[in-house]
Amino acid sequence: MARRVPTSRKWLVTIAAWAIGFLIFFPILWTILTSFKTEAEAIASPPSFLFFDWTLDSYREVQSRSNYFLHFYNSVIISLGSTLLGLVIAIPAAWSMAFVPAKRTKDVLMWMLSTKMLPPVGVLIPIYLLFRDFGLLDSRFGLVIVLTLINLPIIVWMLFTYFREIPGEILEAARMDGATLWAEIVHVLTPMAVPGIASTLLLNVILAWNEAFWTLNLTAAKAAPLTAFIASYSSPEGLFYAKLSAASTMAIAPILILGWFSQKQLVRGLTFGAVK
Amino acid sequence: MKTFVRALLGASAMCAVVSAAQAEKLTIATVNNGDMIRMQKLTDEFTKANPDIELEWVTLEENVLRQRVTTDIATKGGQYDVMTIGTYEVPIWGKQGWLVSLNDLPEAYDVDDLLPAIRGGLTVDGELYAAPFYGESSMVMYRKDLMEKAGMEMPQEPTWADIKKAAEAMTDKDNEVYGICLRGKAGWGENMAFLGAMANSYGAKWFDMDWKPQFDTEEWKAVLTDYLDLMNNYGPPGASNNGFNENLALFQQGKCGMWLDATVAASFVTNPDDSTVADKVGFALAPNKEGVEKHANWLWAWSLGIPAGSQKVDAAKKFIAWATSKDYTKLVAEKEGWANVPPGTRTSLYENEEYKKVPFAEMTLESIKAADPNNPTVDEVPYVGVQFVAIPEFQGIGTAVGQQFSAALAGQVSAEQALQSAQQLSEREMTKAGYIK
Repeated sequence: MARRVPTSRKWLVTIAAWAIGFLIFFPILWTILTSFKTEAEAIASPPSFLFFDWTLDSYREVQSRSNYFLHFYNSVIISLGSTLLGLVIAIPAAWSMAFVPAKRTKDVLMWMLSTKMLPPVGVLIPIYLLFRDFGLLDSRFGLVIVLTLINLPIIVWMLFTYFREIPGEILEAARMDGATLWAEIVHVLTPMAVPGIASTLLLNVILAWNEAFWTLNLTAAKAAPLTAFIASYSSPEGLFYAKLSAASTMAIAPILILGWFSQKQLVRGLTFGAVK
Repeated sequence: MKTFVRALLGASAMCAVVSAAQAEKLTIATVNNGDMIRMQKLTDEFTKANPDIELEWVTLEENVLRQRVTTDIATKGGQYDVMTIGTYEVPIWGKQGWLVSLNDLPEAYDVDDLLPAIRGGLTVDGELYAAPFYGESSMVMYRKDLMEKAGMEMPQEPTWADIKKAAEAMTDKDNEVYGICLRGKAGWGENMAFLGAMANSYGAKWFDMDWKPQFDTEEWKAVLTDYLDLMNNYGPPGASNNGFNENLALFQQGKCGMWLDATVAASFVTNPDDSTVADKVGFALAPNKEGVEKHANWLWAWSLGIPAGSQKVDAAKKFIAWATSKDYTKLVAEKEGWANVPPGTRTSLYENEEYKKVPFAEMTLESIKAADPNNPTVDEVPYVGVQFVAIPEFQGIGTAVGQQFSAALAGQVSAEQALQSAQQLSEREMTKAGYIK
């Protein structure tokens, strides 16, 4: 039974939640608004909020200057590819850590997480040399591999916390019925963990979509995703806010819409361990 | 899973096919500046004349581009056939043997037509390592109407004392008009570009002949004190966050009496589409201190170079010769008007009668002529570069010193403290790098 909460307090909480939500969303809203301004209006102070001459000029300019769909296609391949490859590796890994933990499993998990603490620029040159020698520079395949490696610790950790919630007895029962290890993972564990896998997938697609260090540094013209598309519209000397905003809006729109439709899974996935 | 592997194989096979088909495709890395974007739009003319060459552009923001091309050229990654680089990179990379010499460009290119200061900054030991696409210096842009209202006249070659007087007269803080807008944001290419050039006009310098940092000298003390004095009394609020774009916005909205910055700004502030003061802007040479022959103007040239080891040197040279030629200038003038021609690289442009009608043409040339990267300071120095020092360590040192000076402008530390920290940190870095024995 839920506790009774006074109406006035409910109102307060609702208003506070909306206010915080709006505060967080405001920069994105401002970007979207700026993308419809002219360059002169974009830098005007005091800035106009809604009452300006709405124009699509920036979008037109961005469309004529860059090949949006090439970058979009690259982003989709790279983010989906790296997440799926990561899941293929992480599901068996998380299974073994959750159900047949060894003496050092905890240490291995911590060690995996510790690789995230290294600033990426520290390994830029070694990775660049490897990529050069394997001919992976400016290839989607190379980026899929790098982003898989980068996000793998997060994928394993998320799946591990999910799998730990699943009673081991169910898997034992499957084994009693003669299921092989493969069948146990594919037919018993995975279906039960679908919500967890789905939210892991979504979060990692978003992380890979937004990754802006490796995707910028390892690509040139062919494999450059939307991050490079945005970077081509900023400048230390010149007027570019409206065009940059238009490029940013176009770059975040797909992932924003995806996030919108899947927010239930996302929130559930991220708060799973805590609320249960 | 099978389909995924297949998709991956397919994707990599596609990459292979694409790379097989690009026999003479030039990949050009460039910055997102107006003149560069204009060139991208005009390249049809080049590919029409050279049907065997295809062009592929990688446009990036300046700092992203710098990191990107430096990684590539240092590891011989071979991702680019033509790189857009500045006068900071060329001397360092040329010495390393990372760039292809352009001494054998065709006769028609007329290399002697390049402005000597610009050409000198791109030459190492007699080899031209990059061809200048456009050059820029810095100058004073001021509001003619406000000067008139104050009953003053801006000299063609003002001194810092003239600047201070003008700033005082034009400042009207109640109406949000500030006498002078200068860079304050920290960075070797931000506030230190300005302060480094200002230092030259005070007879100060970054290092002496033994590479010892010079922030403990009286000259630097005068530079920083006068800069802080100008900005605190007559500058806009929050100036320690202002870079080129912030000051451009302020000036265009009529909030600055004077703005001392890059010559390329002239075409922005005189453009009536964006600027509310387009018809009221005058130009003057960057100031100097009385009795000091060097002026506070910098010199930069965005240039095109070819990384050593490139497989497509001939095609790349053809493209560079086209993009930096006299004919390209004419092409831009025909399609977009003389005011949009890439400035500051060729003597012939400034002898052109049509170009002389552009209001800021003459002052741009005067400014470029007044800066010499091979002889930037009053005293002799061991380095090349007007507003920078062309050594690899400079980016780090310059930005760290810039942070100290930005903090002084924000009022977090005093001028003495900032200079002392700057001296300490640059001495430490230069010792570590082996310059100071």
